[in-house]
Amino acid sequence: MGIEVNGKVFETDEEGYLSNLNEWTPEVATAMAKDEDVDLSESHWQVINFLREYYEEYQIAPAVRVLTKAIGKKLGPDKGNSKYLYELFPYGPGKQACKYAGLPKPTGCV
Amino acid sequence: MADFEVPELQEIPLVPHIKEGAMAHSQPYIAKAPFQEALGFPGELVENWEEKVYEKMDDLRKRYRSFQVYLDSCVKCGACTDKCHYFLGTADPKNMPVARQDLLRKVYRSKFTFAGKFWTKLGMPWMVGAQKMDKGVLDEWYSYFHQCSQCRRCSVYCPYGIDTAEISMAAREIMDSIGVGQKYCNEILGKVFKIGNNLGLPQPALLNTLEGLEEEVEEDTGVAVKFPLDVKGADILLVTPSADFFAEPHVDGLIGYAKVFHESGISWTISSYASEAGNFGMFIGSYETMRKAAQRIRKAALDLGVKRIVFGECGHAWRVAYSFLNTLAGPWDFLDPNYPVPQHICEFTHDLIQRDKLTFDKSANDHRVMTYHDSCNVARGSRMGDKPGGQMEIPRAVIKACCNNFHDMPPETIGEATFCCGGGGGILTDDLMEIRVKGAQPRAEALKQVTENNGVTHMAAICAICKSQFTKVLPYYGFTMDQIVSVHQLVSDAIVLTKKD
Repeated sequence: MGIEVNGKVFETDEEGYLSNLNEWTPEVATAMAKDEDVDLSESHWQVINFLREYYEEYQIAPAVRVLTKAIGKKLGPDKGNSKYLYELFPYGPGKQACKYAGLPKPTGCV
Repeated sequence: MADFEVPELQEIPLVPHIKEGAMAHSQPYIAKAPFQEALGFPGELVENWEEKVYEKMDDLRKRYRSFQVYLDSCVKCGACTDKCHYFLGTADPKNMPVARQDLLRKVYRSKFTFAGKFWTKLGMPWMVGAQKMDKGVLDEWYSYFHQCSQCRRCSVYCPYGIDTAEISMAAREIMDSIGVGQKYCNEILGKVFKIGNNLGLPQPALLNTLEGLEEEVEEDTGVAVKFPLDVKGADILLVTPSADFFAEPHVDGLIGYAKVFHESGISWTISSYASEAGNFGMFIGSYETMRKAAQRIRKAALDLGVKRIVFGECGHAWRVAYSFLNTLAGPWDFLDPNYPVPQHICEFTHDLIQRDKLTFDKSANDHRVMTYHDSCNVARGSRMGDKPGGQMEIPRAVIKACCNNFHDMPPETIGEATFCCGGGGGILTDDLMEIRVKGAQPRAEALKQVTENNGVTHMAAICAICKSQFTKVLPYYGFTMDQIVSVHQLVSDAIVLTKKD
């Protein structure tokens, strides 16, 4: 499995999550989103960039409340909720946004 | 009008007309070698695997008398056929519990029964419903034993008390032993052993998340409610599903537990080492794996020196905790014998309510008309309190203590007859979305009925899987994802907090 970006193939798992986090580039995110008919806006990038920063520090995607709080601080309190995040990432911020950000899929009872 | 009760008209079809092979295509992703090997299973399909299947089956029937009794005693009466939510939702006849079990039973017959061996030798195993193991059978096993959530509703109606879930667990254990495991369960179990929970949430991230919750609750309420982590000498160790830290509406339940602990004045802590209640070892039928996961709780309790263990809202955890914890990780003689070992958070809260230790402003939940989904493993695999049926009554009593509006769903869909959410027992994975959605149909129908007849707006549950599953699949049936809530979310919204020094 893999995703082709500008002639280079990036390995992914069965569900399309990047196998090697370090290979990620913004173009990979754009290509993944395009495959799912999503145009990445500035708002999407705010979330994706936060996910990557958090992962860098904690080796895990942020919990939903950590994410909504951070986005609320950055973009204003009206956007610090999961309703806003689901508008951006209809398949769920935890899963869809993690995928575009090159993070592994959150697993468990979630 | 008649002087007797006229039956209510119901929607037809009540039992679907069968569609053969309707779900034969459904298979979860196979676990790759690293996930398999981390649990001590072969990385890929072993050589001579047909023989290995018989060997493992022989091992299991000798270890578990129940397994052999279940395989020998089915008389094909058909009582279970229309009891499975996956059959009702898919109409695939192989999702009738008897047919699912027979996928394994026919192989067992060919090797371990006199009639089966006799007719198999003559080349006519079908005379007695026997069949030798082959690749086609293995494919069907992989498909249909991952369309069973081990919820045991069928067992309630079986006149012989056959526990179909045990057959499904055995089938998965046999498949693991020949190198054919399910990615979802086995990857997660690897994370539990490496990091301590299903999510792979390491201690620093857990600490950061809990600190964030402390800030949030203090901002909301003005009261400093603590979320302690790894505190030695605390009275209570809370073991809760890691989804409670991570997802919605789970986290609102966790906030509820913290507020209850705060009001109780009893010290408590979460452990980063045993930061998972759910035990997926049960899903794959592996006693050794289940034991290894449960032992983490013992070690955490000893290391932290706690006196009591309380489990959060997690259905499968509660079955393992209530029914198996003593043999898996006991003896618990170092804990305080004056309290249940272990205790459920609903029992804990209910006890405080009984003793008038909590104050609620029920009007805080007046915007909700509640119903309650009994989680399968709580309803049929455990108990709460000291009376039969306590596992059904206590969560409802907690809800009613903090909500003014409550209506139950139809009786044949709750209590010990409850329908599984459709995502239990290792099915809660995106690669099984079709069976998850279809399996949720019976519950969605029951919910629709009370929504229309009683104005129900929200459904509460005490299982992380139920909550995640409903959040994801109810929208397919016209509901919204926020209609599913945690029981302790209702507690959290209504509880009146007092400031402590």
